Parts: sequence; C-alpha cells; structure tokens
Amino acid sequence: MRKLLRTIFLIDLFEGLWVTLRYQHPKNIYTEQYPAERPQVAERYRGAPRLNKNPDTNETLCISCDLCAIACPEQLIVVTSIRNPETRRKELTEFTYDTSRCMFCGLCEDACPVDALELTQDFEFAQYSREGLIWDRQMLEEGPRPTPYKA
Amino acid sequence: MPETFLDSTELVLNMGPQHPSTHGVLRVILKLDGEKVTGTDCVIGYLHRGVEKIGENRTYAMFAPYVDRMDYVAAVSNGLGYCLAIEKLLGVEAPPRAQAVRVILTELNRIASHLFWLGTHALDIGATTPVMYCLREREEVLKIFEAYCGARLTTHAFRIGGLLYETYDGFEQQCLAFCDDFPSRVDDYEALLTGNRIWIDRLKGVGILNAEDCKAYGVTGPMLRAAGVKWDIRKALPYSGYEKYDFEIPVGYNGDTYDRYIVRMQEMRQSARIVRQAVQSLPEGPIMAKVPKVIKPAPGEVYVSIEAPKGELGYYVVSDGTVNPYRMRVRPPSFVNLQSLDKMARGSLIADVVAIIGTIDIVLGEVDR
Repeated sequence: MRKLLRTIFLIDLFEGLWVTLRYQHPKNIYTEQYPAERPQVAERYRGAPRLNKNPDTNETLCISCDLCAIACPEQLIVVTSIRNPETRRKELTEFTYDTSRCMFCGLCEDACPVDALELTQDFEFAQYSREGLIWDRQMLEEGPRPTPYKA
Repeated sequence: MPETFLDSTELVLNMGPQHPSTHGVLRVILKLDGEKVTGTDCVIGYLHRGVEKIGENRTYAMFAPYVDRMDYVAAVSNGLGYCLAIEKLLGVEAPPRAQAVRVILTELNRIASHLFWLGTHALDIGATTPVMYCLREREEVLKIFEAYCGARLTTHAFRIGGLLYETYDGFEQQCLAFCDDFPSRVDDYEALLTGNRIWIDRLKGVGILNAEDCKAYGVTGPMLRAAGVKWDIRKALPYSGYEKYDFEIPVGYNGDTYDRYIVRMQEMRQSARIVRQAVQSLPEGPIMAKVPKVIKPAPGEVYVSIEAPKGELGYYVVSDGTVNPYRMRVRPPSFVNLQSLDKMARGSLIADVVAIIGTIDIVLGEVDR
C-alpha cells in the first residue's frame, strides 16, 4: 500500500529532485577555477623533475652515480660525467631527462642517495613540441617557467 | 504483395571504438534484427601495450608503476595485488602497520572506483546529475591519495615489502572525516536513483546472468555477488589482514543490472566501514619489511589473487632466479567479465547493451593490457 502511494505520488522522483535542489546553494560550488586560481598540490606531489644545487656553493648535488638512470623503468635518464684528474672524483657534465616518456613513478628520486634528483610540485610544463620535453641539465636546475595566466 | 516485403535482413552495426558509452576503446559488433540484438562480438586490443611482456623485461621493483596503468581507476588495488604476489614469491610479509595502511587505501580506492562507475553508468542510462556528486566524493579520495603518495590516479603507492611513505599528518582525521560524511552522500545517490521510475524501468530485468552462468564464464566481483553467490576473496582467502575487520558481503538475487547497482552501493558502505575500523585500529611500528635491495627471488611460481573493485585480480609470476620475472601473467577481472556480454545482451535492445556494458564495469586498460 505504502509502495503504491509512493508510486502514485512520485515520491521517489521528488526525493531525487530535492537532492538536486539542496545542492543549488552557491556555497556548494565545488569547481576549481583552475587557470585563475592555482591549486595547491600536495607536499609529496610527484611533478616536474629538478636537479638540486647546494644553495651555499651553487654547485650541483649530483655525484653522477648513475643510480637514477639504472632505477628508471623507462630508461629516460642519461647522466654523463668526466673524472676530474686532480680530485679523482666524477663531475657531472650533462644530465638529460626525457619528461615526455616519464610516468612520474618516483623511482629515480627514491634511488638518489644524495637527494639531488627530486620530483617537485610544479605541474605545468606542457610544451608545443616534443623537443621541449627533453630537459637538459640547465632546464632541470632552473625548473619550468610556465606562462602566467592573464584573465 | 510478396511475403518477403516486411522481412528484414540481419543488420551488422559497429558500436565503438569511439562510442562514449563503451568506456574507452571497446568495439562491439552488434548483429541486429530491427532493434533486437541477436549477437555481439567484442573487438578488443585497441589499448594493448603488452604489459605482461614489459613485466618480463623489467626488474620486480621497476614493474610496479606499470600495473597501475592497467586498471587506472583502481590503481591502488593493482599495486596491492602485485606487491602481495612478489612478497609471496620472496617469502616476506609486510608489517602490520603497512598492511593496515594498505587496507585503508585499497578500500578508499574501491569507493573511488565504484563512484566513478556509478557516475558513468548513470550517465549512460541518461541520469546526468549523479556523476557530478560522484566525482565530488571521488575527489576527496583522490586528495587523500595525492597527499599520501604524491599522485592521484596512477599512484604507485605500495612497494614490495611494505610502504615507502609513512602516513602524513592528519591522514587519520581526513579518512575518518570522509567516512563520517560518506554514508549520507550514498543516501543522496540512492535518493536520486534507487527509487527512480526511469532508473528501475531501464535496469530491472536487463542483462540477467544467473549464478551458473557466472561460474561458467568465470565472472567474479559484484557481478557474481549480484547473482546471489556469496564469494568475496577478502572473506574467502583473507590477505593483508582483512580477517581482522568486520564487514558483510552484499549479495543480490536476480543477477540483473539493478541488482549489480544495489550490490555496488552496499559495497561502498561496507568499504567505508572497513576504512573506519582500519583507521581506528592503525597499529604503530615499521612500514617496511626486510627486503633485499636487488630483488632476486628463488626460482618458483606463485599465483596471488585479490578482490579488486571489479572482481578477482590475479597475478601469476614465474621466477627463474634472475632480477626479471620469467613470466608475468595478469588475470584481470574486466577481461573475464566482459566475456559474458554476449550472453547478457542477446535478445535485448540496443539501448540495453549500453546499460549492460556499463554494468560490467570494464576498464579497457585492463581488458587490453
């Protein structure tokens, strides 16, 4: 009987409509106004790679151990170094990181023993060409420079 | 007038791979008699990436990010299954804290997967409102993932032997707040859909697959439970400490599309229950078991299956003692469940095929691998 009345008076339909109406209040707006307002991504966010430098001496922290290149499943990191004949230590010459093939799994930053390679919170590094996605050492140290959005 | 004037020939119609309700790149060749479906053929493989072969060419740790890309809606479940398989191969077990965090994240992922299914399924049927609310709640889950492991979709949350990341500050509170809020949100979806006349008319009695057929086809997950079979690997073969949590297995009766909807709605409530219990009893302790840096399991083979949101997700790994697996085989639930499409769609209308494909809850990344 109750079910029949619910059917006749379309109670279930109006209950659904009430849910929709309840969320019409402006404070329930959930959309992120992305280009106008930048979202704050999480601290652990795995975004654009960065090659850290020592802030005091401005020298790279990378010791060219090649562990990141070994850990990378896509083998997109190429580390080149020369051995300094005086100090007998490897010195980084070039560091290539192909972000077009990167899947941001974070295995390279896990493998890095000196926290030189890091996936940062930058997430805006779209490019118009594939060439621009292959980052060299300078790009990795400076980070991407996204064009600011003008309303 | 000749007798054959009104006689119709069989019409072959391609549905997909760009059809919006095939959930990706599934191509279904429909054989039609008028509007009645007399047979279907699934053409899959548009998203084939050779994941299993990639697994044979990567080390065990390196392959973990790839499994996230199979069922990308439930990446955490994939990662859990893979890690459990390799842990069994190595003979290690994750510490209790790691297991509890794994359960929390996997159940949250089940909620996210079901929410995404509900939104898109309702959209296929023609209800455009629920998807907005579903994605809003899913966003809350994805925020937890992002804060925990730094990625929203392809999370790579677990490592072989435990976890890499310790929980962040406020993890428990965020999960509990979600669990507090969530049942009322499910009530909202149910108010929108469960009693709705159009929803019932479109779903009741559509795509019936009874228990015998489910078993014959190897169908698992909510589809099997909707047919009345109480089979859930979390209860039957508990892994990662599921035996500690109190939850029920929702089952249906008819095995039709409506029952699958009901079962999934109930599962979301149960998952929220599990998350709450796991957060409240989260033990302290280490999060990583002792695992060698270079993972070289002894020769052998292992099969581990877990209850993914879509059904039984199994990993069969053969090791030959080197750093790469000799064979990596994935038993994806969507791929197996999709085989029952022909059985369900035969004799129904074209519009019902959309509902049936939606109710299988396929992810083509997993079907094609």
